[in-house]
Amino acid sequence: MSASTLLPAVGAAAGLAATLGAVLGWVAARVRPDPASLVERIDALLPQTQCGQCLYPGCRPYAQAIAAGAADIDRCPPGGERTVRDLAALLGREPRPLDPRYGTTLPPQLAVIDESRCIGCALCLPACPVDAIVGAPRYMHTVIAAQCTGCALCLPPCPVDCIAMVDVAAPAATATYHAGHA
Amino acid sequence: MNGRPAIRGGLRLDGHKSRPLTRPILAVPAPRTAILALDQGSGEPSQPLLDPGATVRAGTRVASGCGASADLHAPISGRLREYATLPTANGPGRCLVIEGDDRDEPDPALAAIEWRALDADALLERLAGGGVAGLGGAAFPAAGKLALARAAGVEWLILNGAECEPWICCDDALMRERAADVVLGAQVMLAACGAARATIAVEDDKPEALAALAAALAATPDAPIEIRALPAIFPLGAEGQLIAAVTGREVPHDGLPPRVGVVCQNVGTAAAVADLVSRGTPCISRIVTVSGSGVQAPANVQARIGTPIAELIAACGGYSPERSPERLVAGGSLTGRPLASDSVPVTKGLNCVIVAAAGDLPPRAAEMPCIRCGDCAAVCPVALLPQQLHRAAQAGDAAGLARFGLADCIECGCCDYVCPSAIPLTARFRAARERSRLHEQERHRALEARERYERHRARLARRAEEERSAFEQARRLARGDGTTSGPGQDSGRSRDPDRD
Amino acid sequence: MDFPASSAPHAVAGFTVQRTMLQVLAALVPVAAVQVWLYGPGPLRLLAVCAATALASEALALALRRRTAGPFLRDGSVLVTAALLALALPPSLPASLAVFATAVAVLLAKHAYGGLGQNPFNPAMVGYAVLLVSFPLEMTRWPAPGSGWDAFTGATALDTLRTGLRESLTMSEIRAGAAFGTVGAADGEWVNLAALAGGAFMLVRRVIRWQIPVATLLGIAVPAAIAHAFDPGAHPGAIFHLASGATMLGAFFIATDPVSAATSDRGRLMYGAGIGLITWLIRTWGSYPDGVAFAVLLMNLTVPLLDRVTVPRIHGHSKS
Repeated sequence: MSASTLLPAVGAAAGLAATLGAVLGWVAARVRPDPASLVERIDALLPQTQCGQCLYPGCRPYAQAIAAGAADIDRCPPGGERTVRDLAALLGREPRPLDPRYGTTLPPQLAVIDESRCIGCALCLPACPVDAIVGAPRYMHTVIAAQCTGCALCLPPCPVDCIAMVDVAAPAATATYHAGHA
Repeated sequence: MNGRPAIRGGLRLDGHKSRPLTRPILAVPAPRTAILALDQGSGEPSQPLLDPGATVRAGTRVASGCGASADLHAPISGRLREYATLPTANGPGRCLVIEGDDRDEPDPALAAIEWRALDADALLERLAGGGVAGLGGAAFPAAGKLALARAAGVEWLILNGAECEPWICCDDALMRERAADVVLGAQVMLAACGAARATIAVEDDKPEALAALAAALAATPDAPIEIRALPAIFPLGAEGQLIAAVTGREVPHDGLPPRVGVVCQNVGTAAAVADLVSRGTPCISRIVTVSGSGVQAPANVQARIGTPIAELIAACGGYSPERSPERLVAGGSLTGRPLASDSVPVTKGLNCVIVAAAGDLPPRAAEMPCIRCGDCAAVCPVALLPQQLHRAAQAGDAAGLARFGLADCIECGCCDYVCPSAIPLTARFRAARERSRLHEQERHRALEARERYERHRARLARRAEEERSAFEQARRLARGDGTTSGPGQDSGRSRDPDRD
Repeated sequence: MDFPASSAPHAVAGFTVQRTMLQVLAALVPVAAVQVWLYGPGPLRLLAVCAATALASEALALALRRRTAGPFLRDGSVLVTAALLALALPPSLPASLAVFATAVAVLLAKHAYGGLGQNPFNPAMVGYAVLLVSFPLEMTRWPAPGSGWDAFTGATALDTLRTGLRESLTMSEIRAGAAFGTVGAADGEWVNLAALAGGAFMLVRRVIRWQIPVATLLGIAVPAAIAHAFDPGAHPGAIFHLASGATMLGAFFIATDPVSAATSDRGRLMYGAGIGLITWLIRTWGSYPDGVAFAVLLMNLTVPLLDRVTVPRIHGHSKS
């Protein structure tokens, strides 16, 4: 193969590569996602339990850390594998297994107060990030099941350990047997 | 008729409708025990009104409708024996069991309705009280649908006499024998919903029904009702497809027919309305097709709601001795539900029972991988790409499923029917939609939790601010007026509730 | 009485992959017959070799992937690959090369990607392209027209056309040569006619849909006609292109491989048009006499993009 055939071929290939590379780089620079909206989109994928297992004080700080590149996407046990996959898809990364240092994924949980042992100290009320515990000092406290996210932040403040986390059965798939015709 | 096809895709299928139509509608005797499912097919149960032990007559109201359920009335006279969870066509459900007294006494409060004298609201109330529900299968309260239509200002009422699915022919029999009732029902519905015109849409494989309707219409020449014959393609009778074929308008995917000025009702529902206004009879019976090679003498039967299906089959000569029944299907062969036993009762939404022997419903071949032939996309009436949906469902790709329109699938079964790889597409899509619905619920809960958390933080921040300014105030007072010694950095009340 | 459960729909048409594939094989019979008539027993030998290799490779691959081989061997899809390859290859090709090409097609292009329904590239064309690039001499040795049962190698019509144009002969001078027939290549026009007949049969039986073949043929014919109108001396017209080389075989049998083609109707039109256009470009300005194989492979690359941008509007959604 002589230089007269090699040189033009290599030159053409190199020129094509340079042009395409430049175009791709320009497009990537132009189509950069807005950072604020990125935090919003990441936050929308998180389970909102505000439990702090990721070592950030809430889901939004964790979302901000992911967007800034300070934290990886494998730190959310309540979100589980599904959240990691969704985040990976959003950010264009490879999904990875959950980092066990931040906890393990449990089935959906509910906090239940054992009313026979509750002393009405009201220390668990401010601990709940979504205000799902109702009660008043020296009155019975109870967890509103529909609003409890299972974050377990109410367990440490309780002086008599009367709160337990129980597994919640996932909502059963109802048979959708509609005929579908008017 | 312009050259555009009536429906995109769809299938022309063997009807299997001829045998039941060789006989007139057969009346099934009232059952000894009536089992009334509180959920008559719409997905929402009605609220029971009576306690066990109460005496009822045929037509007495026993449950009141709410939301997607209609009022429920006793189909026979007797005593309310108990409430129990029993098998129904939609799975186990709460049922009301009435022990009949063999006298079949009608409730004395039932009376014909002077519908022309009533205004629309009063008429709608009377229709609601009659428990008329969508007899095409959805069992949604007719009065509720018409009221919504009226509020939206619809101007076109369409009566669905298409009956496009194989095996089902109860509407055909109804239109042949009781066309006058259908026309009367249409007139009452027009008055109730305020529409200006009505079209009775019938597929062209029902010439006798078309003729009977034409004759009945000729007797009421002033009524703004017309008849339209449509090509016999499945699923032209699905609401969205029918509206597009008759009016040319597409119901938006996130809306209901009244958004395009149309309301759709089944012809059976219209006949039930006619029954209610002419004789005062509430919705306590309906026509059901009993068909299949597994039954001796297939027929369309008039049966009371609550009759066990076994009694319908018995009225049709019982199970065929030579062709043993292999499967029981409620509905048609493409969208019907399998029935586990024949003790399941008739509900307002049940239009057909197929007692299938070998050869009626040939079993599916073993599933092969998708070869992307595209036959499924060619027949999809909603213009979806089932092969792409299948790929996305296999990969668990929720975004892909949403992009390819999983939520718009009407589960008609056309794609399944033509697939050369025998992939159970409809079942997969149904499962995927269920998973997607649960995921939506979960996301909704997460968003609610986030909102509550934001409010929680705002409340604590407010409290902290109030405490801080109260502290500042107290210090100012303690030092006398004027001087403040800078921001409060003293020890003590520096508890930050956010850093708990 | 109790009954077993089942899932809707409860009745299906009963179409099978096997039925589809058998009809494709039936549609290829005229092409095989014409080739035998023109070139002798060579094509039959290739068909046998390719079919045997294909089945053996498929069985091997399924065993390695630990799948039950029965249903896949019976569905006929690998036989279609083998048949297309055999009919596209020169009849005098050594059997070992045919074995090599078929093995590459089945093992590499089909099973390495996941088997039936998963191949992004047309397997037969991958085998053909690998052979063309690795053994260019053997792949361009076609029997001279009319040589019948005697092997007599010569150049194809498209080949003669290319070299003739380079030597600045006029179109009429070139067309007078022995390699040319009435409208296209001397024997190529018969093969193309047979392929057209087979394609029509498949269209009528609804085995394939019209979008890809029509778009491919137009994709070749339209640029050819325009170029011919511009400079008749340097470009043969549309009819010549349609009747030469693997045009009809490509349009009706090769481009229509459903697994590697685009999904939606609009996508298929663009896919076919692209194949036709690239084929014409390669024939006119590329180094290979016939461009169908590379055109198909190049358009296979674009299928994911085509699928993304041609999703049809769903009933009830606005055009957005």
